[in-house]
Amino acid sequence: MIVFERPKSLIDVPLHYCPGCTHGIVHRLVAEAIDELGIEGKTVGIAPVGCSVMAYDYFNCDMIEAAHGRAPAVATGVKRSDPDNLIVFTYQGDGDLASIGTAETVHAAARNENITVIFINNAIYGMTGGQMAPTSLPGQVTQTSPYGRDVNLCGYPVKICEMLSELEGPEYLERVTVNSVKNVRNAKRAIKKAFQNQIDGKGFSLIEVISSCPTNWGMTPKEALQWIDDKMIPYYPLGVYKDRSAGILCNPNKEEK
Amino acid sequence: MAKVTFREDECKGCGLCTDACPKKILQLSKDKINKKGHHPAECVKPEECIGCASCAIMCPDCIITVER
Repeated sequence: MIVFERPKSLIDVPLHYCPGCTHGIVHRLVAEAIDELGIEGKTVGIAPVGCSVMAYDYFNCDMIEAAHGRAPAVATGVKRSDPDNLIVFTYQGDGDLASIGTAETVHAAARNENITVIFINNAIYGMTGGQMAPTSLPGQVTQTSPYGRDVNLCGYPVKICEMLSELEGPEYLERVTVNSVKNVRNAKRAIKKAFQNQIDGKGFSLIEVISSCPTNWGMTPKEALQWIDDKMIPYYPLGVYKDRSAGILCNPNKEEK
Repeated sequence: MAKVTFREDECKGCGLCTDACPKKILQLSKDKINKKGHHPAECVKPEECIGCASCAIMCPDCIITVER
């Protein structure tokens, strides 16, 4: 009996990502969610600009390539054209969703568009060679901050889940990571729930996945996963930031600060 | 009998599966080099595999099939 194999919604071609990049894990989780919910034939994905720009080569569903950061706007148009039959998801990185596409993200959330957003946060611009991203941690060394991110010069990182949780619009916001087997299973549950919310017509669901970039962080894949635990998660706490149906309406980590 | 199979030529040798394996029976091959030029992952003690699929869950390239 086969207990694990490649999901059908993930086309059988080699992924172009660097060795140890967790994009591949998240691609697989999205494909598994599509398979398990049986929505393969009516799903439309919106690919971003960034490392995952070629996501349209990997998902076995209709895909549209959006202009940089505009995936939620394109998703809004697709979803509104046939709201009863289509399932629309966007797959975006932090340079796409949290930088040039902040306006589209915030307004799609504020309108409570019935779409699913998968947000990959790896605290760096991967495709362009490791420049400082809006989500880079204070003090983080990147190509454009060789002495570490100076918050007096460059400001502080954008915390998308915290920011959007202050809006009344969005239905579901959760931050997960994929640096261990346990966390991957949890991420899968969250992604599946985000798709289920859309099927149920509940509205905007965003799953932020804390991801790794071994190449541009200058680490081995194993060290990169440890760095997520040591540096990223203390700054970007995991948890459900908003679940309107379940009555969770605020930041779960607010009291601790 | 649990069995784990790798599609060796698509392995990028990141080693995440070797860390995830609870029985520590996976390793990056020391003498083999695949089409991509990486040392692919392999199972050194297939008889000890418990079929938990932890390696496959952590594999970023989805090249592992687990049977039980």
